Amino acid sequence: MNIEDLEKEINEGIDSLPLQERRKFLKMGLAVTGVFLGGSVLSLTSISHASNQKNADSDIPVEGQYPYPKHYGMIMRQNRCVGCELCVEACKQTNHVPNDHGAWRTAIQEKITTENNTEKREFRPVLCNQCNRPPCVRVCPTKATYKDPETGIVVMDYKKCIGCKTCMAACPYNARYFNEEKYAIDKCNFCIDTRLAEGKKETACAAACPARVRIFGDLKDKSTEIYRLLQTPDSKIWVLRPDTGALPNVFYMNG
Amino acid sequence: MTNNSLSAIFAETADPRLATPGMNRATIFFLIVTVVGLSCGVLAFIFGHHTIYNNTREMPWGMLISTYAFWAITSTGLCMYAAMSHVFGGTRMKIISNRMVWMSIICIMGAFATIGVEIASPHRMLLYNIISPNPLSNIWWMGTLYGLAVGCMIIEFSGIVTGLAKLALIMGVFGALAEVLANSCLGGVFATLPARPYWYGAQLPIYFLTSAFLSGAAAAVLFNYLAYRIRDEKMSPSVHLAVKSAGKAMTLVLILYTVATFWRLVSFYVGGPELGRTAADALISGPLAFNFWVLEVCAGLAIPALLIILSRLENMRMLALAGFLILVGQFVARYNLVVAGQIVPQNLGWDNLPTHFSYVPSVFEFGVVAGSIGVVAFGFLIGERVFGKTFTQKEHH
Repeated sequence: MNIEDLEKEINEGIDSLPLQERRKFLKMGLAVTGVFLGGSVLSLTSISHASNQKNADSDIPVEGQYPYPKHYGMIMRQNRCVGCELCVEACKQTNHVPNDHGAWRTAIQEKITTENNTEKREFRPVLCNQCNRPPCVRVCPTKATYKDPETGIVVMDYKKCIGCKTCMAACPYNARYFNEEKYAIDKCNFCIDTRLAEGKKETACAAACPARVRIFGDLKDKSTEIYRLLQTPDSKIWVLRPDTGALPNVFYMNG
Repeated sequence: MTNNSLSAIFAETADPRLATPGMNRATIFFLIVTVVGLSCGVLAFIFGHHTIYNNTREMPWGMLISTYAFWAITSTGLCMYAAMSHVFGGTRMKIISNRMVWMSIICIMGAFATIGVEIASPHRMLLYNIISPNPLSNIWWMGTLYGLAVGCMIIEFSGIVTGLAKLALIMGVFGALAEVLANSCLGGVFATLPARPYWYGAQLPIYFLTSAFLSGAAAAVLFNYLAYRIRDEKMSPSVHLAVKSAGKAMTLVLILYTVATFWRLVSFYVGGPELGRTAADALISGPLAFNFWVLEVCAGLAIPALLIILSRLENMRMLALAGFLILVGQFVARYNLVVAGQIVPQNLGWDNLPTHFSYVPSVFEFGVVAGSIGVVAFGFLIGERVFGKTFTQKEHH
């Protein structure tokens, strides 16, 4: 429509203007909704580079599907654990974990059951599962927690942590705690900034365990014990809370 | 803008009828409540959030998060009703929409005051939310959108006060959109955590939006009733009709919200993860049962429904009481939701843990909640005193 045609139009008066204006605003509103909605949808997607685990039938990652150059993990030979907690102590010493209530990077859980009038005690070591689809990383508003691109370890950048505690709520493994000294959330990082940084091959907890419950290593390296245990297992391997879809890198077996 | 022109604007908007000793006393009282209450939160920065608040590693979120959610949700509701009146026009609620915009701003201030002392390091948030944003995080979107919403609403309200109707309209639309999406992201914060089956699921963001429509209507009824009560004045027929419309919306959403609550709980008992069912047990017969049955269901849903029927949407005092009870119920409902999501140990069966953790908010947490109520009450009274004429004028554009 050109200007001459417009001039021939009958003036509709100002009475109808507000309605048109409203329509215009509604259209604009829809466009803005689209933009925001795009963002909201984006916020629901998982971390694509960290979810590259396609072995749907098993909890064990398949060769060729490790997203990181070194893909660190741990396997717990659970029935070997006697609950001595030397691992807990070694972790506290190495990583300067505060002594106050609720602060730990690794713990030993205990279950007491009675079978045929005999008390049975079972121990289960737990720590951060360094998930491939880590719920804590997705929810962090400031990227204060992220997957280390070299090792796949979930690490903290303390100065960015606002202390909203969403990562604590999101973690299926209760692996995070508030570190009052750093005034930030803290967690196990497989000793990346302590022992691994010094060139050591094992985490403090794995090195301290007298029963060799914890086997730590690069899941991709065929020469490691963890590779052999995971790829040619003697017994069933499981992970904790597989239903959450977090794709953990800490595995459990008896043996 | 010079002081003179500001005084000229306030002379236009202020309601001198409220310059009474009683009003002054009430305003000062709520200012003291605000200062004392929020001081409890400031103590957290001195003595440590972990020592002042009763949150633990296992239950990192408590009453302050639920209070934040309650005020934020109420703000969204008020803003949406106001925007609908402004944009679509023709609704009876248009006449009270200016007051709703103001109260929406005030409610979000109550929310910000609460979250500001709940978060351990808000100063880091100011910087790293901007220079290190995570677009995958619901918290980031929620904070950003609520920030955007309050900015838009403040400009909108300035437009209303200064007579810039077009600016007010545009900002009203943007503000309402940001509020709705922020509310949705707030629901998403909980709904996208598979580790917490009581929260996880597609229903929750819609549930939050429904709650916003419920709390918003209840707040609209209550604050308008109070606005006339403090003036000791009868509502004009058009305001009466507007509040009646808000009452109708409140009734409709009350039904929807009750249905949603019913099915939400039923869904935990027909299958799904044990953690979700055990969390629901906390409400039905466990440590949250009193909160749920007496405060959330009876006081917050059933009695208001009865009052609405008895009032026939005509008796404003009864309707306002229903609105007040709905707000109390919604406050408790947010608390129940936040607590129930974390109340079951994730490693239940190990370490001889109880089926449900025990969480009782600390005195300081109650103090902060009182402070947030102080913010809203103080904001309401100041608004009526300074912008009273703007709230009661029939048309602003």
